[in-house]
Amino acid sequence: MPMLNMRVSSPAALIDINRIETLRGIEDRPDCVRVGAMTRYVELQESAVIRAHVPLLAMALPLVAHVAIRNRGTIGGSLCLSDPAAETPACCVAAQAQIVLAGPSGCRTVAAEDFAIGLYETERQPDEILVEVLFPKAVSGRIFFVDEFSRRKGDFAIVGLAGSIRDKGSTVNDPRLVFFGSDNRPILAHAAAAAIDGRPWSDAVRQAASESLDDDLDPMDSIHASANYRRRLAKVLLSRVITRALAS
Amino acid sequence: MTGPADNVRLTISLRVNGELIERETPVRKNLVDFLRDDLGLTGTHVGCEHGVCGACTIRVDGRSVRSCLMLAVQADGCEVVTVEGLTASGEIADLQTAFVQRNALQCGYCTPGMLATAADFLASERPRSRDAIREFMSGNYCRCTGYQAIVDAIEDVARARAGQDTP
Ligand SMILES: Cc1cc2nc3c(=O)[nH]c(=O)nc-3n(C[C@H](O)[C@H](O)[C@H](O)COP(=O)(O)OP(=O)(O)OC[C@H]3O[C@@H](n4cnc5c(N)ncnc54)[C@H](O)[C@@H]3O)c2cc1C
Ligand code: FES
Ligand code: FES
Repeated sequence: MPMLNMRVSSPAALIDINRIETLRGIEDRPDCVRVGAMTRYVELQESAVIRAHVPLLAMALPLVAHVAIRNRGTIGGSLCLSDPAAETPACCVAAQAQIVLAGPSGCRTVAAEDFAIGLYETERQPDEILVEVLFPKAVSGRIFFVDEFSRRKGDFAIVGLAGSIRDKGSTVNDPRLVFFGSDNRPILAHAAAAAIDGRPWSDAVRQAASESLDDDLDPMDSIHASANYRRRLAKVLLSRVITRALAS
Repeated sequence: MTGPADNVRLTISLRVNGELIERETPVRKNLVDFLRDDLGLTGTHVGCEHGVCGACTIRVDGRSVRSCLMLAVQADGCEVVTVEGLTASGEIADLQTAFVQRNALQCGYCTPGMLATAADFLASERPRSRDAIREFMSGNYCRCTGYQAIVDAIEDVARARAGQDTP
């Protein structure tokens, strides 16, 4: 709607998918949690199934905009819009969700990690609709985290980090780190994860993680924050988030 | 809005402030424009037209939404309550009095949206702290008051409704 109101987009045809019942709902399946594309943030926030099995998403939702926006905004809309600073797509990558698309030639599944391909650009073809998102259930023994720097509560993130580590005392184990807001899409930080995996969280490791992050991120410059500032914030965020996760 | 679907119209029926309404409307008309221009309910204000300022906040099917981010045709079959409806039902009478007493409005442009959002806060189970109020109201812009007085007014009502005295 903002795109229409600002005349950025004026499509000849506009399809309202609000009344397609099969695009809705949160379903607790034996092997995953199925979330219909039209499921609204508020429904996710109120869902005991999401809290139990996709804790990362539950933690991220309060960071998304404001109540009146969460009452209307949908998970499918957020993924398809693919705002680089949005929390939900990053959580889908961090939680290793699968995205189901339907088109004239049937359905296909894309890993959330491969879905966003550029600025407001996704794998979805113009003749495809996002149908549902399948979340693997969170396994016990992992610590989840999401945090961000934003100018005000509810604003889009300047830089955010969503992810998890295995709960292994004071050693960082099997980290999965997804940065959002920094680059043109959510970034799975492989280099930083490799630099800290299996190590005790010492000053030296922290330093190594910071340096490795330069290989993962290629931050954007904008009127809100320079690339350098975003890079700096990403490092601060990583350090804070891991420290907090290990202390929890 | 002007654009490709300008001449396409649909008849919608919805309940607005309790009254059943049936109207024909261009399919690309925003709900807020429908409420203001077609129904004359000018209490709902238009500020930014992209969901950021909160001046157009109304209630649709019991939940607060931005009426600038919905098309009128999407409200077909819905139950819509605007600030006029909230006023008529008496739900926000104490809030309106508190806004006046606390000087929580100057130009008043943001006020209908502030009242609608505050009504939501007061109906919720959230903690009644000033921080919680600020957080909940953070999606509504006011260019005049500096917010302090608005938080004061909402806090007064929260306390009064909980049977506590105001400080
Ligand atoms: C004031 C404001 C603040 C916001 N702050 C945040 C924030 O802090 N964090 C955040 O993550 N988001 C934020 N958002 C974005 C918001 O959360 C919505 O997710 C986003 O606007 C998408 O809305 P929607 O679900 O209604 O989708 P729409 O706006 O209806 O759709 C977005 C795009 O996706 C397409 N689309 C939608 N659903 C499908 C589908 N199933 N299949 C194919 N294409 C589809 C549409 O055609 C359109 O191009 C904010 C929005 C506003 C207005
Ligand atoms: S006019 Fe709708 S939020 Fe500003
Ligand atoms: S009173 Fe003027 S904008 Fe709030």
